[in-house]
Amino acid sequence: MLSMLMRRSALGLITVWLVSIIIFIGVEILPGDACTAFLEREAQGLLLENCRRDLGLDRPAWMRYGEWAANALSGNLGVSPDGQRQISELVGYRLRNTLLLASGAILCGIPLALFLGIVAALWRDRPFDIIVSTTAIAAMTIPEFVSATLLILIFSVWLGWVPGIVLTSSNAPLAEFFPEVLLPIAVLTLVMTAHILRTVRSSVIETLASDYAQMALLKGVPYWQMVFRHVLPNALLPTINVVALTIAWLLGGVVVIETVFNYPGLGRMMIDSISDRDLPVTQAIALIIASVYVGVNLLADLLTMVANPRLRTAHLRGK
Amino acid sequence: MTTPPKSNGPIIAVDGLSVGFRSRAGAWLPVLRDITLSVGAGESIGLVGESGSGKSTLALAMMGYLKTGLHVLGGRVDFSGIDMFAQDRQSLEKVRGGRLALIPQNSGQSLAPNLRVGAQIGEALRLHSALPEARHAARVLDLLTQVRLPDPASIARRYPHELSGGQQQRVAIAMALAGEPEALLLDEPTTGLDVTTQAHILELLRDLARETGMAMVYVSHDLGAIARVCDRVAVMYAGEVVLEGTAAQILRDPSHPYARGLLASIPKLSDVCLPRALDGRPPPPGGAGDGCAFVARCAIATERCMVERPDLSRIADGAKTRCHLPQQVRSIPLSGERNAQQRQLPAELSLSLGDLAISYARAGLFERLTGRDTAKVATVDGIDIELRQGETLGLVGESGSGKSTILKSIAGLLPPLHGQIALRGQDDLPPRVEDRSAKHLRDVQLIFQNPDESLNPRQTIAQILAQPLKLYFGLSGQALIARTTALLAQVRLGAHYLERLPSQLSGGEKQRVAVARAFAAQPELVLCDEITSALDVSVQAAVLELLDDLRRDNGTSYIFVSHDLAVVKALSDRVAVLYQGRLCEIGPTVDVYGPTAHPYTEVLLGAVLEPDPDFVPSLSASDVVEQSPPARGCPFQRRCPKRLGAICDQTAPPPKTFAAGHTIWCHRDDLAAPQLS
Repeated sequence: MLSMLMRRSALGLITVWLVSIIIFIGVEILPGDACTAFLEREAQGLLLENCRRDLGLDRPAWMRYGEWAANALSGNLGVSPDGQRQISELVGYRLRNTLLLASGAILCGIPLALFLGIVAALWRDRPFDIIVSTTAIAAMTIPEFVSATLLILIFSVWLGWVPGIVLTSSNAPLAEFFPEVLLPIAVLTLVMTAHILRTVRSSVIETLASDYAQMALLKGVPYWQMVFRHVLPNALLPTINVVALTIAWLLGGVVVIETVFNYPGLGRMMIDSISDRDLPVTQAIALIIASVYVGVNLLADLLTMVANPRLRTAHLRGK
Repeated sequence: MTTPPKSNGPIIAVDGLSVGFRSRAGAWLPVLRDITLSVGAGESIGLVGESGSGKSTLALAMMGYLKTGLHVLGGRVDFSGIDMFAQDRQSLEKVRGGRLALIPQNSGQSLAPNLRVGAQIGEALRLHSALPEARHAARVLDLLTQVRLPDPASIARRYPHELSGGQQQRVAIAMALAGEPEALLLDEPTTGLDVTTQAHILELLRDLARETGMAMVYVSHDLGAIARVCDRVAVMYAGEVVLEGTAAQILRDPSHPYARGLLASIPKLSDVCLPRALDGRPPPPGGAGDGCAFVARCAIATERCMVERPDLSRIADGAKTRCHLPQQVRSIPLSGERNAQQRQLPAELSLSLGDLAISYARAGLFERLTGRDTAKVATVDGIDIELRQGETLGLVGESGSGKSTILKSIAGLLPPLHGQIALRGQDDLPPRVEDRSAKHLRDVQLIFQNPDESLNPRQTIAQILAQPLKLYFGLSGQALIARTTALLAQVRLGAHYLERLPSQLSGGEKQRVAVARAFAAQPELVLCDEITSALDVSVQAAVLELLDDLRRDNGTSYIFVSHDLAVVKALSDRVAVLYQGRLCEIGPTVDVYGPTAHPYTEVLLGAVLEPDPDFVPSLSASDVVEQSPPARGCPFQRRCPKRLGAICDQTAPPPKTFAAGHTIWCHRDDLAAPQLS
C-alpha cells in the first residue's frame, strides 16, 4: 500500500509538471504576449521593445520556462505585471473565495445527494423517486447559466431574499461574502447533487438486487439492518470516485457560475489572466487545479482501498 | 437415507400453489402451476428439473419469498402450521434463517463482501439464537468446525473473497445451521464446484441431516447429487410437479416420459454410449396449452395428451405421475445406444505439443528495469501430446489444473514460455495469434463455455456465420447464403434462424450456432472449452451427439476440456488427466477409466456421482484447493492419498507405460483404481 502511495504521488508530480509545460506552450502559441495585451494600441516600436526587455520577454521560451520553474520550485510564483504585488497573494485570495464557494456546495450537496439517492433507490419507481430522478436529469441537462439566471430571477428579482450579484471585492473578509455567496452555492449544489445522486441511486439499486442482499433477507435480517449493514457499505464504494471528480471540478474554478454572479474566484481569474497573457498567473492557477485533481483522485483511490476489503487484502492473496 | 419420524403432519406443506407474473399484454403467466407437495420432519426431498422448470422459485416460495414481479395466484405454503404468505415482515424475519434456513446457489455472491465471515455467522446467531452474546464467538467456531473447516479461528476472520468456492459453501452451511433449523432449503448448493469438492459437501450434508434430524429440500439439476442426499424426489417440468416418489422409484425406472428422457440424457461413467438427447425445449410460461405440458417432446404422446391435462395420480409402484400412459412409459429407453468410441483413426498427426510450458506471470516494466527475476514455477509445464487426425482428446482436472490455459496457448491467445505447437506434424504455429497466417487461424477454432458471451448480441445469426465464410473463403451473395444455411442445417437448426439475434435463442441453440461458426472455417482442429457446462443435461446430450456427427462427417480433431469425467468419457478417444498444469496420466479412454490409474485419477473418479441411490462415492483425498504447483517433485504430492514419502516431494515422477499409449507419471508400482459398480 505504501509503495502504491509513493508510486501514485510520483505520477501525480509528473502530471503536474506536464500540465505546466502544456500551459506554457499553449500561452506561447496564442498570438501576442503580455506587452501587446498591456499596451494595447500603443504596442509598437520602441515602447513594445522596452516593455519586452523589462519583462524579460525577449529571451527564448525555454529559458523563460526554466526561470519560472526554478522560482516556482522555491515557492516564488512571481509578481504581477505591474510589479506591485506577489502573485501568490493575488491568487491566494481567489483560492480562498473558490474554497468558500466549493465547501459550501460540498457541505450541502454531498449529504443531500446521498440522502436523495438512497431514498430514491429504496422507493424505486414510486412518486418520490420519479420526482427526484426527473429533477436530477433536468438539473444536469439545463446549462448552468440558465439555472443560475432562473434562480436569480426567482430569489433575487421577485422575492428579493438574496442579492443576485456579488459586489464584494476579492480580498474582503469572508464574512462580507454573505449573503451574496448563497445563490452561487445553490446553483452548484443543484448541479453536483444531480450528478452524485444518480450514481448513488443506480449503485444502491444494483446492490439491492445482489445475491447477498437477498440472502440477508432470507437469513431473517431485518430490512433496515440489511440496508445499512449489507447494502450501503458496498453500494457507496463506486460513488467515492464520482464525489472526488465533482470536488475536483468545484475546486478547479467554475467559470460560468463565477461569471454569471460576478464572483471573484479562481475560474474567472484564470480566464482574465489568459486574455492578459499573464503567464505567471495562468501557470499558478493551472498548478493549483492540476494538484487538486491529482490529490483528490489519489485520496479517493486510497479511501476506496481502505473501505473495500477485496482491494485492501489483495496483496495477501496469490501466495 | 434417514427414516422420517412418525410426526403429526408435514413440516412444509405446499397446497395448490400457483405463482406467476403479469405479461406486458396484461395476462397472468404462471411460473408454478398448482403445486401440492409436503415435506415431513427429518425427511429430505429433491426437486429436479431443467432450468426454467420452477424448482428454485418453489424452494424460495417455501420461505414465503418471491422474486420481484412474481405473485401468488392461488394456493398456500405452510411451514409447521404457519401460512408463509400471510405473515408480516417481523414474523417472517423470525422464521427465516432460524427454524427455516436457506443455503443459496452461489455462496461466493451470497456472502456480503464487506463483512468477515465470522461476523456474518455471528449476525445469524444474534438474530436467531438464544445464546447470550458473550458465547457467540465460541459458537461461531463450533459451527465452522461442524462444517469441517480446518483452522476455524482463522477462517472466521477472513472475508468471503479470501475463501475457495468449497470453503464459501461450507460457511454458508454454517450460517444456516446457526439458527438450528428444523428445515433446510438448498438451492443448487454444489453447482459450479469441482467434483471432489461437491462430493465432500454432499457427504457433509448427509451427515448433518443425520446428526440434527432436520428436513431438507434439495434443488438441483444433478440427479447424481439428488441420489446421494434425498429420500424422495419430485421432478418438475414447466412449473408443474410431473413425477413424485422415492429416490429409487424415480432414479431406477421412472414412470414419466420426461424423467426417463432426463435420466437417459445424463452421461454416466458406467455407460459406453453417448447419452441420448431429449429434443425440444419446454413451453414458455403460459404456453403449455390445454394438454400435457410435455406433449411436444414426448415419444409416446397420443391424441388425448394434446387436449387433456393429466392429473398427478398414484400408480402401481406407489409413485405419483402426471401422465395418461403410465404403462407405455416403460418402453422409453433409459440409456443411449450410440457408441462413440472404437473408431478407426488415420495415422496422420493433427496437432503436436512439444514440451509446452505456460505462465500467466509477465515481467512488468518495473521488474524488467530492475532486472529482477520473476520466473516462478510455470502454471503449465512439460506438456507433450500428439493428436491424430479425427481424434478426440479429453482434458480433465479440477479448476486450476491448466486445461483452459493449454487451449488458450494452442489458440495463440496466451504465448507459451517455451515449447512447440505444430499442426500436421511439421507446420509450426507462431505463438501469438497476431503472427498467424489466415490458414493457421482457419485451422484452429475455439468454442467457448458461455455462448451468451461469445456471440455478439447485436449481430444476427446470419452475420455471425458469414464472418468466417467471408474472411477465409471470400464467399458473397448467393453462395454465402447457401453456405450459412447449410451450416445451420449441419447443427440441426432451420433457415428461419438466420435473421434472429442470439437473445432470441435458447442456451442450447446458441451453443449450436457457436459450433456452426467454428465449423464454418472447415478447421483441422476444434478446441472445446467446457462447451456443455452451462447447458441443461438434455441439451448437453444433443450437443455431444452433434459433435460426434460433425467429426464423422469432417474428420475434425477435437480437444475437449471438461471437469465432468462422464462427459469426457462419452466423447473422447483418449484422455489426459492434469493436475496443477502437469500431466498425471494420458491414454486411451478405456485404459484411463480402467483399473490401472494415477492416484489423482482415482480421486477424481471416486468423487463422481451416479444417479443411483445405492451408489457410494469413495473419497480418498481432501478437497483442499492449491494455489500453485510445488516447486519440485510430483505435482500431486500434497494431496496424494498414496504418497510414498520423500521421493514424491523431491523427484519428478517418471513416465511409466502400461498398455499401448497409456502412460502414468507416478513413483508407485502398484497402481489400481477401484472397480466401478
